[in-house]
Amino acid sequence: MKYLCLAYFDEKKFDALPKSELDALVSQCHSHDQELRDSGQLELVASLAGSSASASLRPVQGATSVTDGPFAETREQVGAFFIIEARDLNDAIRVASRHPAASLGEQVGWGIEVRPVEFYQRLSAG
Amino acid sequence: MLATLIRLLGGDFDLAEEAMHEAFRAALEQWPADGVPANPRAWLVSTGRFKGIDRIRRNARLAPLDSMPEPVGADTGDCEDMDAVEDDRLRLIFTCCHPALSPDARVALTLREVCGLTTEEIARAFLTRAPTLAQRIVRAKTKIRDARIPYQVPATAELPARLDTVLRVIYLVFNEAYSASSGDSLTRADLSAEAIRLGRLLLALLPEPEVMGLLALMLLHESRREARSSESGELVLLEHQDRSRWNRQLISEGIALLEQALHSRRFGPYTLQAAINAVHAEAPTAADTDWAEIVGLYDVLMRASPSPVVALNRAVAVAMRDGPEVGLAQIDAILQRGELDDYHLIHAARADLCRRLGKNAQARASYRRALALARLEPERRFLQQRLESLPDWCAK
Repeated sequence: MKYLCLAYFDEKKFDALPKSELDALVSQCHSHDQELRDSGQLELVASLAGSSASASLRPVQGATSVTDGPFAETREQVGAFFIIEARDLNDAIRVASRHPAASLGEQVGWGIEVRPVEFYQRLSAG
Repeated sequence: MLATLIRLLGGDFDLAEEAMHEAFRAALEQWPADGVPANPRAWLVSTGRFKGIDRIRRNARLAPLDSMPEPVGADTGDCEDMDAVEDDRLRLIFTCCHPALSPDARVALTLREVCGLTTEEIARAFLTRAPTLAQRIVRAKTKIRDARIPYQVPATAELPARLDTVLRVIYLVFNEAYSASSGDSLTRADLSAEAIRLGRLLLALLPEPEVMGLLALMLLHESRREARSSESGELVLLEHQDRSRWNRQLISEGIALLEQALHSRRFGPYTLQAAINAVHAEAPTAADTDWAEIVGLYDVLMRASPSPVVALNRAVAVAMRDGPEVGLAQIDAILQRGELDDYHLIHAARADLCRRLGKNAQARASYRRALALARLEPERRFLQQRLESLPDWCAK
C-alpha cells in the first residue's frame, strides 16, 4: 500500500534561522536521507519551492479564480513530499520516521504527515 | 476469544464480533444436544472462524474485486495454544491503543473491545451520549481499516513508546474514575475497577517495570477510596483521612509491585508516582509523613517527566518540608511562567499556603479563582467552606 508523506515546516521560523544554524541543521540531514533511501521503500521524493511561489485555484461562481500564495494561510506549510510503499501503517511510520523532518528541526516546526493513498495512478515516466 | 478471531479474520473488528456472536448462537443450539466439547474455547474459535470466512466469501461475491479484504493469513492454527491467546490479547490492546487513533478513540475502543463494556456503559461512565460514543468507535474502526493499522504487537524497537501509549490509556480511564469532568460524584468505582483489571491483564501479558509501576500506583490510590469521602459525600483531604479505613491489602500488593519495579532499575514516571504514593501509604499518621523523601522523589520525577503539574505537586511537598513561604514562592513562579492558570488545584494550593501564612486577602482571591474553575461538586463545597472559614471572608 502506498502512503503519501508530507514534510511540513514553519516557513517564518525557518527563513529567520541564522545561516550557521541552518548549515548545522542541513548537515545533519544527509545521514537520515540516506537511511530513508536505504529502506528500499521510497518510490518518489520531491522538495518544493517556498509557499510564496505558489498559486491557488478556486471555483468562484462556475469559473476558476486564481490567487497568489498557498491554499491555506497557515504557519506550517509543506516543504517536501515523498511516497513510500509499505505493508501497513506501522511499516509506513517506521520508514517515514527515517526522514530528517521526523526527528530534527523541532525549532523550525519540522514534521511529517503520513496519509494512506487510496487511489494511485502514475501516468508519465518523467 | 475476540482477540484471536480478529487475528484469524484479517484484523476486521466488526467481522470478528459478528462471528463471535454467531459462534455463541451455534453453541447454544448444539451443545445442549451434543454435549459441551472437550475444549469449548477451541470449538468456539474454530466455529467463529468458519462463520467469518463464510461471510467474507458471501461479501466477496457481491463486492468489486479491488475491495476484497485480506485473505486469512498463514498462521491459522493456534486456536488452543495459551501463548497464542496471550499474544492475541496483546495484539488487541496495542491495536486499540495505537497512537494514530485519537486519545478519546483509544479509550473508547479499549473499553469496548478489551474490557467488553457496552457502548451505553462507556457513555455513562464518561458522561457522553451513547450515539456520540458509538460514532467514535465506528470512526476508530474505519481508521484502522483505511490507514491499515496492522493487528500486531509492536516490534521491540517501537515497544517502549507504544507501551507508553497503552499505559496512558489505562491511566486515563483510572483518572476519569477519580475526577469526573463535572458532576456530583467524586469517584466512579466501576471505571477504576476496570482500569485496575486492565492493568492486571497487561501485567500478566507483559511484565515490564512501568506496567508494575502503573498498577502499583492505581492500587495505592484505590486503597484510600473509603477514606477519601465522608459519609455525606464530603471531600476529606489526605492529611485528615482516617487511615484505619485504608485498604491494607491493596497497599501491600501495591508496595510489592513497586519494589519489583524499582528493583529492575528500568522504571519510569509511573513507578516514581507510585513510590511517592507509597510514602504516604506507609506513614502511620499524617504527621509521620516523610516529606523529605517525597520531595526527593519529585526531583527524580521532574527529571524523568517534567511538567507543570509535577512542579506544582513538588512545590506542595516542599511547603510541607520547608514551610509555606518557600512553597508559595515556587507556586508563584509556576503561575508567573504562565502555566496552569486554568487549573483549579494550583489556586487551591496557593490559597491554602496563603491561609497558613495569614495572608488572608490573597487566600480569598485564590480560593475564589479555584472556585471559578472547579467542576466537581464535593470540591466546590470544600473550597467554599475554606473560603468562608477565612476571617472577613466576604470582604472585597
